[in-house]
Amino acid sequence: MTGALLTAEGLDLHFGAIPALVDVAIGVAEGEVVAIVGESGSGKTTLLRVLSGQMAPDAGTVRWLGQDVHAMGEAARRRLMRTDWGFVHQNPRDGLRLNVSAGGNVGERLMAVGARHYGNIRAQALEWLAKVEVDAARIDDLPRTFSGGMQQRLQIARTLVTRPRLVFMDEPTGGLDVSVQARLLDLIRGLSRELGLSVLIVTHDIAAARLLADRILVMRRGRVVEQGLTDRVLDDPQHPYTQLLVSSVLAA
Amino acid sequence: MSPLLRTEGLAKAFTLHLQGGTRIPVLGGVDLAVHPGECVALWGPSGAGKSTLMRCLYGNYGAGAGRILLRHGGAEIDLATADPRSVIAARRETIGYVSQFLRVIPRVATRDIVAEPMIARGVPKAEAAARASALLHRLNLPERLHGLPPATFSGGEQQRVNLARGFAPGYPVLLLDEPTASLDGANRAIVIAMINEAKQAGAAIVGIFHDAEVREAVADRLFDVLPQQDAA
Repeated sequence: MTGALLTAEGLDLHFGAIPALVDVAIGVAEGEVVAIVGESGSGKTTLLRVLSGQMAPDAGTVRWLGQDVHAMGEAARRRLMRTDWGFVHQNPRDGLRLNVSAGGNVGERLMAVGARHYGNIRAQALEWLAKVEVDAARIDDLPRTFSGGMQQRLQIARTLVTRPRLVFMDEPTGGLDVSVQARLLDLIRGLSRELGLSVLIVTHDIAAARLLADRILVMRRGRVVEQGLTDRVLDDPQHPYTQLLVSSVLAA
Repeated sequence: MSPLLRTEGLAKAFTLHLQGGTRIPVLGGVDLAVHPGECVALWGPSGAGKSTLMRCLYGNYGAGAGRILLRHGGAEIDLATADPRSVIAARRETIGYVSQFLRVIPRVATRDIVAEPMIARGVPKAEAAARASALLHRLNLPERLHGLPPATFSGGEQQRVNLARGFAPGYPVLLLDEPTASLDGANRAIVIAMINEAKQAGAAIVGIFHDAEVREAVADRLFDVLPQQDAA
């Protein structure tokens, strides 16, 4: 795949007798939004963890700009997580420090990549709170006083402030009210376009995938059963499982 | 002059795995060619596959067999086999599609929905917004609606938002699926004028027009889409 930032080939992973990944290949290009959809237990979150270096596969390779992610060592991988990569967790409490102020959560990521000037850090934190529509007056409040939707937006600000090139998102709208989901999806869509981000998003929400993604991969029992242009996969699904998935969505 | 869009032996069937693998052939052996400045109206009974053909031409449905050749960036690409990124690039630069229904994006204002494809092509934001507003005005959508998301608009208003979004970038190839279905006479006349202006600018247009008045006003010729025999 030309222009690919992240590529993976031949990924296999078993949990005992349960296949979590079976011969999975995937590539993400610069500025591309790719969605991984499938039911619970289909292996989508496992795939995200393997691709982001948090879990080693039994077989196969993951490469970032040609470099083997699982062979680069813990320190190099941590550096990647602080710089070129970002990770948005389903539960914002996994991605935020709850005993640090909202501004501190955003500023901390900047300091981790070397920012030292307090005024600049605070100014950038304010700018990012505005981008994710968190009231500037809340900058010194602790995230635990925020609603779920606000916490998720704060996590996105914390992740994007260092301008990563690729952001992994694991069900970023899971557990949020529908009205809050729409706002968050619109925000992710706007920011990814504005910043030219590559995004790899795991979701079971087909409508969210349609709204955000250029390409889509459908997973079932650890395998990618179908992939392609988002609207083609959703409007003209070929695999029996994709047909079932698409026909099971309730129209609102 | 060479066609901007043509198909060779295009075929399409649907296999319904949830209905015991029933196979429904819809298109077979479609050879269509559309030249610059020409508007071709798809013609055939309801259910013959006109909309399916349109969706194949846009790459929204995968082709079962044959080629869909689009003149894009100085060369022909085959949308039947092109990878997703090439199809996305072709949609950004070359081929536009106005469907009957607007797919509303939560919270995004009407003006931004119309401006978005222009911005994707590199038009500066302010200019894109100005062109979007001008086109919305032309389609009789008043200023007070431009800043609102169109979710609560009427069917006819939503269709006009869709038309503005499809016509604004000035695509070389334009696909129109019943572009005037929910419009009154005055707005229909505006759409007829817009289609004819696009033709004069050299666009190749494929349309489904159930409205005879519109069809006669814009179509240069009809292209028959015939129902396929059901497979046993």
